[in-house]
Amino acid sequence: MILIKDGHVIDPANSIDDIMDILIIGEKINKIEKDIAIKEEYEIIDAKNLMVFPGLIDMHVHLREPGFEHKETIKTGLEAAAKGGFTTVACMPNTKPAIDDRTIVEALDRKARGAKVNLKVIGAATKNIDSDQLTEMGDMKEAGIVAISNDGKPVKNANITRRVLEYAKKFDLILIEHCEDESLANNGFIHEGYYSTILGLKGIPREAEDLIVARDIALAKMTDGKVHIAHISSKNSVDLVREAKKQGINITAEVTPQHLILTDQIVESFDTSTKINPPFRSEEDRKALVTGLIDGTIDMIATDHAPHARWEKEVEYAYAPFGVVGLETAVSLIYTKLVKTGIMSFGNLVEKMANNPGRIFKLGGVLKVGSDADITLFDPNKKWVVNPNKFYSMGRNTPFKDWNLDGEVIHTIVKGDFALKDGKVI
Amino acid sequence: MIKEKDLLGLRNISTDEIDEILRVAIPMKDIITRDIKKVPTLRGKSMATLFFENSTRTKSSFEIAAKYLSADCTNLAVSTSSVQKGETLIDTAITLEVMGIELFVMRHGASGAPHFLGRNTKARIINAGDGMNEHPTQGLLDMFTMQDKKGNLGDLTVTILGDVAHSRVARSNIWGLTKYGAKVRVVAPATLIPVEMERMGVEVYTDVDKALKGADVVNVLRLQKERQSGGLLPSLVEYNKFWGLNSKRLELLKDDAIIMHPGPMNRGVEIMPEVYEDPRSVVDEQVTNGVAVRMALLFMMLGGKSGDDIN
Amino acid sequence: MKKFIEKAVIMEEDQMDRALKRIAHELLEKNKSLDNAVILGIRTRGVPLAERLKKTIEEIHDIVVPIGVLDINLYRDDLTSLTEQPVILQTVIPVGVKGKKIILVDDVLYTGRTIRAALDSIIDMGRPELIQLVVMVDRGHRELPIRADFVGKNVPTSKREKVEVLLKEIDGIDKVIIKEAVEESK
Repeated sequence: MILIKDGHVIDPANSIDDIMDILIIGEKINKIEKDIAIKEEYEIIDAKNLMVFPGLIDMHVHLREPGFEHKETIKTGLEAAAKGGFTTVACMPNTKPAIDDRTIVEALDRKARGAKVNLKVIGAATKNIDSDQLTEMGDMKEAGIVAISNDGKPVKNANITRRVLEYAKKFDLILIEHCEDESLANNGFIHEGYYSTILGLKGIPREAEDLIVARDIALAKMTDGKVHIAHISSKNSVDLVREAKKQGINITAEVTPQHLILTDQIVESFDTSTKINPPFRSEEDRKALVTGLIDGTIDMIATDHAPHARWEKEVEYAYAPFGVVGLETAVSLIYTKLVKTGIMSFGNLVEKMANNPGRIFKLGGVLKVGSDADITLFDPNKKWVVNPNKFYSMGRNTPFKDWNLDGEVIHTIVKGDFALKDGKVI
Repeated sequence: MIKEKDLLGLRNISTDEIDEILRVAIPMKDIITRDIKKVPTLRGKSMATLFFENSTRTKSSFEIAAKYLSADCTNLAVSTSSVQKGETLIDTAITLEVMGIELFVMRHGASGAPHFLGRNTKARIINAGDGMNEHPTQGLLDMFTMQDKKGNLGDLTVTILGDVAHSRVARSNIWGLTKYGAKVRVVAPATLIPVEMERMGVEVYTDVDKALKGADVVNVLRLQKERQSGGLLPSLVEYNKFWGLNSKRLELLKDDAIIMHPGPMNRGVEIMPEVYEDPRSVVDEQVTNGVAVRMALLFMMLGGKSGDDIN
Repeated sequence: MKKFIEKAVIMEEDQMDRALKRIAHELLEKNKSLDNAVILGIRTRGVPLAERLKKTIEEIHDIVVPIGVLDINLYRDDLTSLTEQPVILQTVIPVGVKGKKIILVDDVLYTGRTIRAALDSIIDMGRPELIQLVVMVDRGHRELPIRADFVGKNVPTSKREKVEVLLKEIDGIDKVIIKEAVEESK
């Protein structure tokens, strides 16, 4: 039994924004009230000056199992999640082999059994990711998948995408799409703009994303299926999603902290920890992402946590793999760069990182009596410096190395149990 | 004095530094024209060329520059068939460094590769061309040639003609020349002009006649034949017809204009033979100046102070 | 901190003038003819001295001797130990050195290392018939077997001292001074 005392509890989904106590009994939230009387059997957490909110949910992480255990494992990935205040993460299926049938989903479940943080699995939409054969998504759904995706790539072509959307409807699975037209991207690897021009690095125009976003909007409308745009990065795409939502099309979108904060200028260093897909785009795009997030066009923030081994990233820029790690910096980055600067409220942060992913993918994400006690406690006054060598993740590839950040997760509670206590993973 | 440990490009180097390089290149050029083409200046200094891409001109130019200054130059021929990358690149450099190499001259097909190596070695690095990013010593020798022939760089209108999208020579020229206030024009088919190029401070043309009109210098870029694939060009013949430099187009230039080309030339593609033979062509002199400029750089980066004292 | 302060003036303008005139006489005496000669001034202060010598020879003997400028920095033996990289300037010898009588001119002869560098530099440009050395001041303390053929003035010095030849063309005044090093208290 845990009593969280005197914390600033925030849950916009339940219109809570007040100093309150939360009592946890077993795996569930028992009470959310002011001044809950202390009993001897309670473990008391003094949450004075802490923000207390529903455990964060990340719908886009790469935990690299099976097949790439040298980059990350379920264990280290979930530890990194706990450190970052996430109580639930959903892992992408672009592994080796791909997560494209029930046995792999179940194997991952078994792997995650000892871990505190909830692991949810996203199944591939087509066999081996890149084929035109649908996966047994019904079977995988029974085994627990929460969405389907071919992340790393979009579903191969318009026809297969149509079929995926039609078929997935019966199982109420959302298709998470990595939107990139491969022919227009033309093996580029940074944003096509001023910096690709001056640095002589091959660019990916933002229109490569726009084309697939437009395609999927049309197909979502045609099939009445559900599409979720992964890591949106282009200003045009934000406009397309906004317009589609107005028309009542079933479309949602996520954005990463790094795309909300950084632009392609950072590539100047030729540091491979700035190599990411979709690439960091122009300041104009970045501003549109922030606007889209605030006005509700973009529903949630997801990290696209993509760890790589040091030796894989310590190569020439062109040869380095895409991706940056994000679990352990996400909430502090958003707090420092968007909340403290007054661009959005702390309530918005909770909506975008817990309420909305929870609602859209039916994973909770709220503080409610009787629901799972998944709770994050955050000290907004703590200051820290990003030191990749201290990450729980095996990945060190962050563009935020040595950044000074405000606010740090102190405790992460999952189903009434500490996954992170006093800043240390349990 | 070169302020940074490495010479990676002309984008992040001051006009003071460029001025000094171009000034030191003048006495260096004298050495090349003497009977005894050798001074003992860099005796006992060790450097290596590290070429991950084929090159005859640039590599021999650096080698000769090193010899004229009495530096010991090791040439590491890195096989181009087995693509060397990652740790292998660092390992190769560190191995040479612990054997006493103090400076690397490096060419690599990936933009930013020398920047990457520079962070991982104490030896100094001269970028001899990285991907489509920069080729600073070519930029410097072009500027040296322009200054020598035409005077103050700031007064010049320079037209860069050709595949600017894929050209590191174009980028280094643009960075260097615009620092001095030269008016730089680029001209190519739209498929060979990268986006937002205007932001580099150049005028962008697709019409070659307009771009050549009244120019003091035309710098013609080599067109790689593989540009015909990938939808960039229909044919070399059509390229030559609309963008090739021929004697008729030369009439558009100022009377005392000079014609440059970084070599090797594709005669009949980007440049016609009679243009190369025109008295205004300084293509051969560029090659000589290349040795002089590289001697100046080697002297400035290996003579006097060692890289450790600087960084 | 070491600081040099002026200790004594060892030559004034007229003495320097007379020294050059004497050297001009001696040069012709020793060489019989200056037909095939080239005067080479070592940068920096050897250059105006070379020009004066050329003029003096012209006035006295009515002989025009071609002149050149020598930059010896590429031949220095102390390049790697210098804190400041030397400024490299052009060497200009319009008539070349091959088969010529080279009259090398510098302001002060001290360790001999500059002259060693100059000799190497000249020989790399071609084989001269001979090389002779003219200096305004010889202050001793040679570190190499080198001597001057014509000297304006021999000045015994200590190693703690510094000899400076000031020239109108560069310094606005003609004189030769000795400076002494003193420890400066901060």
